[in-house]
Amino acid sequence: MSIVLFVGIVEVMTLISVRNLTKSYRIAKKSPGLVGTIKHLVARKTIVIEAVKSLDFQIEQGEIVGFIGPNGAGKTTTLKMLCGLIHPTGGDVLVGGFEPRLRDTEFLHKIALIMGQKQQLIWDLPPIDTLKVNAAVYGLSNSEANRRIKELGDMLQLEEELTRPVRKLSLGERMKAELLASLLHRPSILFLDEPTLGLDLNAQIRVREFLINYNKIYGATILLSSHYMSDITSLCSRVLVIDKGTIYYDGSLEDLTRRLSPYRGVKIKFSKPYLKNEFTGFGQVIEYSEYFAQILIKRSELTSKLYQLLKSFSVIDLEVSDPPIEELIGEFYQEIKTS
Amino acid sequence: MTIKKRISYIFKVTYSLLTSQYALMLEYRAEIALWAISGLLPLIMLSLWLEVEPDKSQLLENTNLYRYFISAFLVRQFTAVWVMVSFEQDHIEGKLSTLLLQPITPFWRYISSHMAEQISRLPFVFVILSIIFIFVPNSLWWPGYQDLLLGFIAIFFAFLVRFLLHWICAMLCFWNERASSIERLLLIPYLFLSGLVAPLDKYPDLVKDIALATPFPYILSFPSMILSRSEVDILNGFLFQLGWIVVLSLLSLFAWKMGVRKYSAMGA
Repeated sequence: MSIVLFVGIVEVMTLISVRNLTKSYRIAKKSPGLVGTIKHLVARKTIVIEAVKSLDFQIEQGEIVGFIGPNGAGKTTTLKMLCGLIHPTGGDVLVGGFEPRLRDTEFLHKIALIMGQKQQLIWDLPPIDTLKVNAAVYGLSNSEANRRIKELGDMLQLEEELTRPVRKLSLGERMKAELLASLLHRPSILFLDEPTLGLDLNAQIRVREFLINYNKIYGATILLSSHYMSDITSLCSRVLVIDKGTIYYDGSLEDLTRRLSPYRGVKIKFSKPYLKNEFTGFGQVIEYSEYFAQILIKRSELTSKLYQLLKSFSVIDLEVSDPPIEELIGEFYQEIKTS
Repeated sequence: MTIKKRISYIFKVTYSLLTSQYALMLEYRAEIALWAISGLLPLIMLSLWLEVEPDKSQLLENTNLYRYFISAFLVRQFTAVWVMVSFEQDHIEGKLSTLLLQPITPFWRYISSHMAEQISRLPFVFVILSIIFIFVPNSLWWPGYQDLLLGFIAIFFAFLVRFLLHWICAMLCFWNERASSIERLLLIPYLFLSGLVAPLDKYPDLVKDIALATPFPYILSFPSMILSRSEVDILNGFLFQLGWIVVLSLLSLFAWKMGVRKYSAMGA
C-alpha cells in the first residue's frame, strides 16, 4: 500500500518510496593483447560494479522531480529498477504501492517509461496502428481509445502525422507520437529518460509544455532524467543529484543554485565614466571599462548593494543574473568527483 | 475481470495484434515472396530422390515421393520460425524493455507476428503450388476433406512445437546476447531428423527410433504424411505433438521466469 502521511489538514501521498536501494553487476574484465585474449578465454576474470549504492528518497504524488548526474552515475539503472525492468540487488522499492520487480498488471497500467531515441512505434506503419494495438493491450474500448487519441493528439499538435508511416516522420514528430503511444493508457507515474535527446529547440519546448500540461491535467508524478538543464529548469521543482550510485543532493533547484553560487552577477552601464577603485566595497569586479562594470555581489547583500549602486552612480542599465546552471552543475559534479 | 470480459479482451488483443502485424508483413511482401521461394528445399530433395529411383516400375513409390515432398514444402511454408533472430535484435536494441512494460507478455507479439507472416505467404504458396501442378500434373492429388483438415491442424501444432523450441532457445539471450547462433545448431537435427531430406521410412530403424524420440518429426514429417495420405498413426502423432507442446510450454515458462530475473535491460 502507498504510504500516506497527514501533515495538518493536507494529505501528502508518497507515491515512490526507495529505501537502501542497491544494484551491482558482475562484468568480465579483459587485458589487452593476445595473451589477455587467451587468458580471458581460459580463466575469465570478473569484477563487481556497484551501479547503485544504497539510495534513499521519496517522491510525492504530482511532483516533477529531476534526476541529474554525469554519465554512468546510475540514473538509468535506478529508473529501470523503479519501473520493474531490472531487479534490485538489495533494498526496498514501492511505486504506487507496488513492488516494481513483480510487474503486476495493475502496476503496469499505472506507469510509463519513455526513453528518448528508443521507440515502440512500428517503423513501417503509421503511428495510429501502434496506438490501436496499445489501446487493445490496455483494454480500452474503441470509443475511449479514439477520445484519448484525439485529446492527447490535440495537446501534442498531432493530426495527419498519425496516419503517415513512422519512417516518414521527423524526429520531433516521432517523439510526440512516442509520447502519445506511451501515455494512451493514461499512466499516473512517468519515468522519462532523456525525452528531448536530439530534438531541436522548438521540439524540446513543445515536449516540455506537453509534460507540464499532462502533469497539471492528470496530476501525474514525473521522474525525469536529462542532461539538458533546460528540461530540468523548466519542469522540475526538485532535483536529485546522483553520482557513482549515490545521491549527493535532494532538494529544490533554487537552493542548489544558491548553495553552488553564493554570488550573483550584476552588469551595470553608466552614463559617465568611473574609475575601477570607486567600486571597492561593492563586491568583486570581474569586468571593467569606463562606462561598464560587472560585479559579483553576495546574494545576502544584493538588495542593499544595488540600492547603494543606484544612489552613488549614474546608471543607465542594470542586469542581475545567475551563472549558467550548466556551469554550476558541472562544477558540482567536479566537486563530487574530487570529494 | 469476468470470464466474458477476459474472452473479449483476448479476442480484441489477438485481432489487433494479427491485423497490425499482417499490415506490416504486407509492407514486406517482396521479402516474403523470396522467403517462400527459398523454402523449395523439399522439392530439390524430391528431384534427388527421383534420380536415385528412376525405375518406372516404382511409379507408385515415386507418386508417394511426389506427394510427400510437396506436402513437406507446404508444411515448411507454415512452420517457418525466426523468433530467435527477432528476439535477439529486440534484446540488443533495447526494444524488449518497452514490450516488458506492457500488460501482455511479449510472447504473444512474436507469435502473432509469425502467424501474420504465414497468412501473408498464402498467395505466394498458392502460386508456387500451381506452377508445380501445371508442370507435373501427375503430382496433383486430393487428400480428402478429413485428411486436409487433420493435416492443417497438424501443421498448426507443428508450428507451435517449432516456435516453442526456438522461443526457449531465444530465452538464452538473457544470459548470452548472441543466442541466435543456436538457430544454426538446431538446423542440423531439423534437417536430418524431421524428414526434410528423406521420408523417415527410408531411415534405418535405429535412426528412425531416435528421430521419433525428438520433437523434429512432429514438426515436418507427421503433418506431411497426413497430407500425402501416407501410412501414419494419426492418433499417436497428435498425442506426441500435444505432449511436446505441453513439455515445451512448461520449459518456456520456466526459462522466461528465470531470464526476466536476469534481464539487464541492455541498450535501454
